[in-house]
Amino acid sequence: MGNEKVNVTVKINGNEKRAEVEPRTLLAHFIRDNLGLTGTHIGCDTSQCGACTVLVDGQAVKSCTLLTVQADGSEITTVEGLGQVGNLHPMQQSFWEKHGLQCGYCTPGVMMAAVGLLQQNPNPSDEEIREGLEGVICRCTGYQFIVDAVKHAAQLMRETEAEVQLVGEERL
Amino acid sequence: MTKVVGTRLKRKEDPKLITGHGSFADDIQLPGMLHAAVLRSPHAHAVIKKINVEEALKVPGVVAIYTGKDLEGKIGPVPTSWYVPDCDLKEAPQYPLAIDRVRYVGDGVALVIAEGRYAVKDAMYLIDVEYETLSPAVGQKESLKDNAPLVHDDIENNLAFHWKAGTVPEEVCEKAEASVKQSFYVQRVAPSPIETRAAIGRYNPGTGELTLWCTSQNPHIHRMVLSEVLDITEAKLRVISPDMGGGFGGKIGVYPDEALVGFAARDLCRPVKWIEERSEHFTAANFGRDEVIDVEIYGQKDGTITALRVTNTHNVGAYLSTMGPGVSTIDFGLMITGIYKIPYASCETFGVYTNTTPTDAYRGAGKPESTYQIERAIDLFAKEIGMDPVEIRRINMAQKEDFPFTNAQGLVYDSGDYEKPLTKALEMVDYQKFREEQKELRKRGKLVGIGFSTYVELCGFGPSKVAGGIGFQGGIWENATVRVHPRGSVTVYCGTSPHGQGHATTFGQIVSEKLGIPMDDIELVFSDTKSVSMGWGTYGSRSVAVGGSSVAIAADRVIDKAKKIAAHELEVSVEEIVFEEGIFSVKGSPSLQRTFKEIAKSANMAWNLPEGIEPSLEASSYFDPENFVYPFGTHIAVVEVDKETGQIELKRYVAVDDVGRVINPLTAEGQVHGGLAQGIGQALWEGIVYSKDGQNLTGTFMDYAMPKARFFPKFETAFTETLSPVNPIGAKGVGETGTTASTPAIMNAVMDALEPYGIKDIEMPLTPEKVWRAISESEGK
Ligand code: FES
Ligand code: FES
Repeated sequence: MGNEKVNVTVKINGNEKRAEVEPRTLLAHFIRDNLGLTGTHIGCDTSQCGACTVLVDGQAVKSCTLLTVQADGSEITTVEGLGQVGNLHPMQQSFWEKHGLQCGYCTPGVMMAAVGLLQQNPNPSDEEIREGLEGVICRCTGYQFIVDAVKHAAQLMRETEAEVQLVGEERL
Repeated sequence: MTKVVGTRLKRKEDPKLITGHGSFADDIQLPGMLHAAVLRSPHAHAVIKKINVEEALKVPGVVAIYTGKDLEGKIGPVPTSWYVPDCDLKEAPQYPLAIDRVRYVGDGVALVIAEGRYAVKDAMYLIDVEYETLSPAVGQKESLKDNAPLVHDDIENNLAFHWKAGTVPEEVCEKAEASVKQSFYVQRVAPSPIETRAAIGRYNPGTGELTLWCTSQNPHIHRMVLSEVLDITEAKLRVISPDMGGGFGGKIGVYPDEALVGFAARDLCRPVKWIEERSEHFTAANFGRDEVIDVEIYGQKDGTITALRVTNTHNVGAYLSTMGPGVSTIDFGLMITGIYKIPYASCETFGVYTNTTPTDAYRGAGKPESTYQIERAIDLFAKEIGMDPVEIRRINMAQKEDFPFTNAQGLVYDSGDYEKPLTKALEMVDYQKFREEQKELRKRGKLVGIGFSTYVELCGFGPSKVAGGIGFQGGIWENATVRVHPRGSVTVYCGTSPHGQGHATTFGQIVSEKLGIPMDDIELVFSDTKSVSMGWGTYGSRSVAVGGSSVAIAADRVIDKAKKIAAHELEVSVEEIVFEEGIFSVKGSPSLQRTFKEIAKSANMAWNLPEGIEPSLEASSYFDPENFVYPFGTHIAVVEVDKETGQIELKRYVAVDDVGRVINPLTAEGQVHGGLAQGIGQALWEGIVYSKDGQNLTGTFMDYAMPKARFFPKFETAFTETLSPVNPIGAKGVGETGTTASTPAIMNAVMDALEPYGIKDIEMPLTPEKVWRAISESEGK
């Protein structure tokens, strides 16, 4: 039945992991069940909700749409790798500050999708954020504070970027 | 005293959730854990002829397969929890697996247990069930007819209950100068928490204890009901709701699946995990609404409404859900007159069994539907007599001096000042200016409209005596214990069960302000029947009003005891002790003092306590309010309709809510936003559609239009604060206001936009096609 296990290697949140998986194993299940990183959630079975969004080689991807074997050799970042308590990523900080989450179930995926969005557009308008979050569903927040959070994160990230550049220039 | 209540604090619950450290049901892994899957009926109505599990049993890793017949006599039916009196309620027993007949697509047929998430599905698909299909009953009006197929053979006309309240004398209708009759369909929608349902069972044969983690908004109700279904004492059954990805009413219900998981864990003496898939959720999890509401509204040309007659035909699905019978009767029927002083009103409700998934409470439960019909009807009446929708509301609404106000059905509203949010919302939207602009735009062929909803809700469940009177199988008081540890930090145990609302933060704020200690010193425990002695859970916007009050009272009791200890140590009388910002000091000699931490230590060490005072510093409260609470407000929607495409653009949305005391404006606004998205979703996009043969045609997020971020403008929200006199914190509840108010506001706005075409009503959801058709048809006339 083609269920013979295959070897995969991924670099997840900076750590290299090898595992044997059934070829049909979804990346979302691999991340959760095999690697024990349960911050990535599953909310649907038709690739609509985006709760499972992670970064694969820097791109926001719905991990329920990939087979683990397709991610073989890639670098993955999940919410656990985004930032930690005490060292939050600006996106996490902003979601907390702006009340961008209620139940928190969609949140890891929404934040990863938003990180992907800001990579493409570091200074989005409200409109652009709303459009850019087309791939995620949140049932709790009505999105308004998510939009505020993403906007705030964009600002924080631009500021840090500017600082980094400034420091860099001073060094020159 | 430092203000904590009323401030926009960041939430205590967030650090774990934003870093991936939440603990949701599917995150729980137990040694030796098996996976469960439920094979569900693909037919709306059929006889089960034969079930062949042979092939399925051969799948490697399969441990057991149970059918309904296997479970006969071993597991009881799952009952409803709301036996509404005087309505000839007929309950058909719902066994966790169908025994010989399936009654909806999604009805459980077999339970499969296997090692591993994938194996269990492999096996499930190999079960061979032979069905003989029967004609299904689908829509509620058709299912009431004499020749309709019967969902349950012994229940005539599929009539689950027939309830009436209030009377309208015929002569009042005859004397009316104007009247409007309209039928509305508040369509079936899916609560759709982003986390589906789940259950994990673990049985310890040595102690006989069964632990059930399940996605429940009310673990103590689950424990009470499931202890009966599974025939186990409540003392041996521990129900825990882990972190939950939303509920919205969809996780109030005690479900067959949860009973099955508990049963299998005990039967096999191994942990069993069941995680529902989304497509499964769309067939097996309770839906909301599905009520056909026929309204007759009577009044005078001066705008006075004199009578309201309402009939609600409610599709309850194939079985009575946990709260189902109460939704269209008590919750709906007693609130039909909304904020208005309508002298006569009557409601007649028919609960109808159909071959569809059961319906239960969904955010607002009955109140969104009652608000919908009255707010739509009053607009239609205003149009009929040529009156402005704001004016007719002002003429009929209860005035500040009418409170406590008794509505036509006899409910006594706790407090209210309806003019306050109305004035504020009108200012925010600049009503006069809008009307002028509208005139101009209409001349240019642009269809813009404004819609109002001046609502009131029945919330804060509630006085337990009333619960008994209305047949609800529970008390609805709330419980809190505040326990002060020897070094001064505090754990609070509460009977409500949050799943996104942020009670750890809001209840923490109440305690922090009372005890004068930092938020970080306060931990809250919810949702575990072994830690929390009792409680009734989170629904009906009751948590802050009832649960928060209970927390406040318990904290006051802690202070009372602590004062006695402080007085004893400072050698003064209790009356001389003042407690402020965490310091007990002597009136007039403020240098004589003890800190809260010092008293926490003295109380727990008990080396030197006053006469008659027991050791420890801990107090509980069991708060049973004297009345419900009635939040209210005004919502205004502004829309533009594209007449070429029927597309509706929501241009502005103004919500002014009065929810009594606001504990945390940040989380309160969040609640309003979330509610709005759902209520607007009902008006514009969402809807479960069944085919004639009872198949759900909208069973995935591809077909069911879940609102996305780009569907909404920025909501403009504000609060007015009219305190409730029925609880010590004056809170009214905020969780359901958005859902309750917004659906009619949107509809009224679209109908206002379509006024030039004389269109009075379009069935929800207002998809572009329906709107376009309505416009084209009226143009053809
Ligand atoms: S779980 Fe991946 S999109 Fe829903
Ligand atoms: S916060 Fe609950 S689904 Fe988004």
